[in-house]
Amino acid sequence: MNVTPDLDTRFREAALREGLVDVRFDTFDSPVGELFVAATERGLARISYRPEGMEETLARTFGARVLRFPLDEVRRELDEYFEGRRRDFDLPLDLRVAPFPADVLRELALVPYGHTDTYGSLAARVGRPRAARAVGTVMNRNPIPIVLPCHRIVGANGSLTGYAGGLDVKRHLLQLEGATLA
Amino acid sequence: MMGNVTTLEPIPPFERFYLLHRDEVLGYLRRLLGQRAEDAWQETFLRALRAYDRLQHGKHLRAWVFTIATNVALDDLRKKQADTLEPGDEPSVELRRDAFRQLEHLTGGLPPTEQAAVVLRYGYDLPYAEIAAALGSSEDAARAAASSGVRRLRRTHERHA
Repeated sequence: MNVTPDLDTRFREAALREGLVDVRFDTFDSPVGELFVAATERGLARISYRPEGMEETLARTFGARVLRFPLDEVRRELDEYFEGRRRDFDLPLDLRVAPFPADVLRELALVPYGHTDTYGSLAARVGRPRAARAVGTVMNRNPIPIVLPCHRIVGANGSLTGYAGGLDVKRHLLQLEGATLA
Repeated sequence: MMGNVTTLEPIPPFERFYLLHRDEVLGYLRRLLGQRAEDAWQETFLRALRAYDRLQHGKHLRAWVFTIATNVALDDLRKKQADTLEPGDEPSVELRRDAFRQLEHLTGGLPPTEQAAVVLRYGYDLPYAEIAAALGSSEDAARAAASSGVRRLRRTHERHA
């Protein structure tokens, strides 16, 4: 006895309407591969290049009431970005990180579209000039890549260094934005 | 000591729990309620979701959701049907599963508790301990409800045969 898509949708909508969902998620295709996205009532909470295990990660961070639900607004802004029609995102964010990463991610959000900056420079701007390596760790664990543009942060010599989605994806995003690569 | 919290089965994300049980629960409710199953099914998973963040561990979630579904179904059945049938007095006979399939269409005539016990036992293979939990009764009472339901089914079947 299979639940019909209509019945399934009615349940998910009722669950959301009653405020019973801690975090909802969706997956969709993009030019850089499948993206897993998640949002709470407060805003966009996660973008991940690797969906495996993400539902468990969400449950640990936001609560076990994790439910799939279309995130059309997120999808629309990301589509516009990948089509080159959007430079900044208007989505509210739900960032739950410690104070230092929060400072770093706030500064990161200010790096403009099509520009790059270095780990060291970001460290200096949060008042920790010698913390370039720690900034690298924050970039590596960025919960909302693309929207928080850690792909714009490169090594002091201009090398791409690393990226959660892989260096090809980092290069793709920078080329999409028309950034000059070393 | 911090206790052995880590040895408990973790609570799965609700989506995983839902995908695992939604079809089976709908089938169960259809057996009990027929066309009225869809509303009861939605109510079952909404109740599960309301209680989900108070779960202490992820064990026995299948029995747990059947318990909720049974409660929703019994509420519905009690509204629809007064329990007017006389308790049976024939000797207890275990119903085979293939026989259950032949008689299943008659379960709608059983008193609600017997109906749930029979369907859970013979349709879903739930052990009596879990049926007892679902019905909120003792294991003996669950066993009695199932066998009384079976006797009643046989009588009904013989009358129709």
